Amino acid sequence: MKTTNDTPGDVLVSCQSVWKVFGKRAPEAMRAYLERGLSKSQILQDFGCVVGVSDVSMELRRGEIFCIMGLSGSGKSTLIRLLNRLITPTSGHVRVKGLDLASLEAKALREVRAKHIGMVFQSVALLPHRTVLENAAFGLEVQGVGKAERHKVAEQALTKVGLAEWAGRYPDELSGGMQQRVGLARAITSDPEVILMDEPFSALDPLIRRQLQDEFRQLTKSLGKSAVFITHDLEEAIRIGDRIAIMKDGVIIQEGTAEDIVLNPKDAYVAEFVAGISRLHLVRAHSIMTAVHAWRASRPGAEAESLARVEAQADLDELINLMVGSGSDALAVVQKGAIVGVVTQSDLLRGVQGQAQEVPAVHAAPIGEASL
Amino acid sequence: MNLTDLKLSPGAWLAPAVDWLNANWHPLFAVISKVIEAMLGGVEAALLWLPFYLMIPLVALLAFLAIGVRAALLAACMLGFCWLSGLWVSSMQTLALVSVSVLISVAIAFPLGVLASRIKRLERALGPLMNVMQTVPPWVYLIPAVMVFSLGKVPAIIATIVYGIPPMLRLTTLAFNQVRKDLLELGSASGASPGTILLKIELPTAMPTLLLGLNQCILLSLAMVVLAGLVGAGGLGAEVTRGLTRMEMGPGLRAGLAIVAVALLLDRLSRGALQRRHRQPEV
Repeated sequence: MKTTNDTPGDVLVSCQSVWKVFGKRAPEAMRAYLERGLSKSQILQDFGCVVGVSDVSMELRRGEIFCIMGLSGSGKSTLIRLLNRLITPTSGHVRVKGLDLASLEAKALREVRAKHIGMVFQSVALLPHRTVLENAAFGLEVQGVGKAERHKVAEQALTKVGLAEWAGRYPDELSGGMQQRVGLARAITSDPEVILMDEPFSALDPLIRRQLQDEFRQLTKSLGKSAVFITHDLEEAIRIGDRIAIMKDGVIIQEGTAEDIVLNPKDAYVAEFVAGISRLHLVRAHSIMTAVHAWRASRPGAEAESLARVEAQADLDELINLMVGSGSDALAVVQKGAIVGVVTQSDLLRGVQGQAQEVPAVHAAPIGEASL
Repeated sequence: MNLTDLKLSPGAWLAPAVDWLNANWHPLFAVISKVIEAMLGGVEAALLWLPFYLMIPLVALLAFLAIGVRAALLAACMLGFCWLSGLWVSSMQTLALVSVSVLISVAIAFPLGVLASRIKRLERALGPLMNVMQTVPPWVYLIPAVMVFSLGKVPAIIATIVYGIPPMLRLTTLAFNQVRKDLLELGSASGASPGTILLKIELPTAMPTLLLGLNQCILLSLAMVVLAGLVGAGGLGAEVTRGLTRMEMGPGLRAGLAIVAVALLLDRLSRGALQRRHRQPEV
């Protein structure tokens, strides 16, 4: 099913200035919004229209998990439904593997949904009258795959999520966590490149949720899938996402790696979210270190070469262990064998607090972007 | 003008309309008559084809296979009672009348009900109509039916169909309105066509409510079919009418109890099918 000439990092799903305005007078309302700069509440009052998603552009690259984090009403659920055209955008383009969804006939659209985009729902949406196995095989059944074949593939998918021996049971015999595993198995049974996850773990209790988060990330990576993952929980986004977008009032207000967002929140809204997040495993040496010359300037006679060394990728947890273990008050950060900076105690403490050093841009580039 | 002259009389307008229909559309009604009579004849012949001593075990066996021991016992007892009362043929005639009218009622009500759940305007329009159809005393339906189709089984079936449509239609619409939105979304997101969504998601999840509608349709049709004994529909209704007109307690009561037996039989069998469908692992 995969096309052969894909290069790693290519774009699987992209949105270009996509808008969704709900209501009968949506086009009119959108024009008023753009031309007269009406506020959303005015739009609601004057046109009876609700702006769900406004001017969102995003890309999902092959192999990554892209998290969209936002509170209820932020438009995240609308956005994810625009990606497989369960909701048709008011304006803008959504492309899946280069195909503009708006240009597709009903049949071609169904084909794209069946083969290229899987979806997992918050409510799980298992069919109550079918066994776990028949539920998992649903996607293939829709595609007209024979019973023996689809049940075989569904069984493999159930094995991957650890539910092989539950195949003959009915959904209501399973716990919430297990049901969502079936939902995931159903999504991967049709072997799509992209999986859309609509708040899949929100209704689960915290322990099961963490477990499923880890399993999901592992499974997605090991199968080489890409995913758009919707959540209202920033911690979840950080655990799972390679990149995170934060949404508010239908707009993506910040997009970047977890480290990016935690260290450099774009505005007070993001900062408030980030405030409660533990930095220990998130912030890495290269983003809190002081430049060598600045460090030398503050303490004449000191030599960076004599310090204990640490990789630029080391997180705060490791840095603390090392610093406490070595007994010194600074560590040299090395990248490809060369010393690129120094982490002092105060750098470390500020890092734990979540305030990035105001340092020259040389080493401020986050890893994600550096590799592009 | 005198106030007492003001009288609203829909019948005064309807009667000429029926007359006109009779005069101008007679061929159509003749065809309808023929079709219904043929169907009824077929079902009746099928029910009476086997003698009672083969028919009762056969029904019991089918009930056992499809539902369980208790349903089989009940079926045997109820049919046995009909035979013991000497009303075997009348009972089978009544069953045939009910089967044919339920079949036609469902054939009309089911698609309309599905449409009504899809098109809200249709649902709103049908609501009051259904109310009227359910509250008008059933005898009243018999009048135009007899005017058009004359006495006999056909007007009885027509009136029964009209009476059986509202419960089936209402519960069909309800059943389809109740299908969870996330399941429909799952269907679309999986790339299923509207037809596949209807067959594989909507119908199975709506089934319990649909069967409830069918159950209601069957029981109300039975009630109507018995009433239709008044216009010469035959079957158990005819026995009851005879008991009533001759003021004879014995035959009237016997026929009445046989009707109860048939009702119990139909109710339990249709409800049994409803309960059974849950949890039957297919291999």
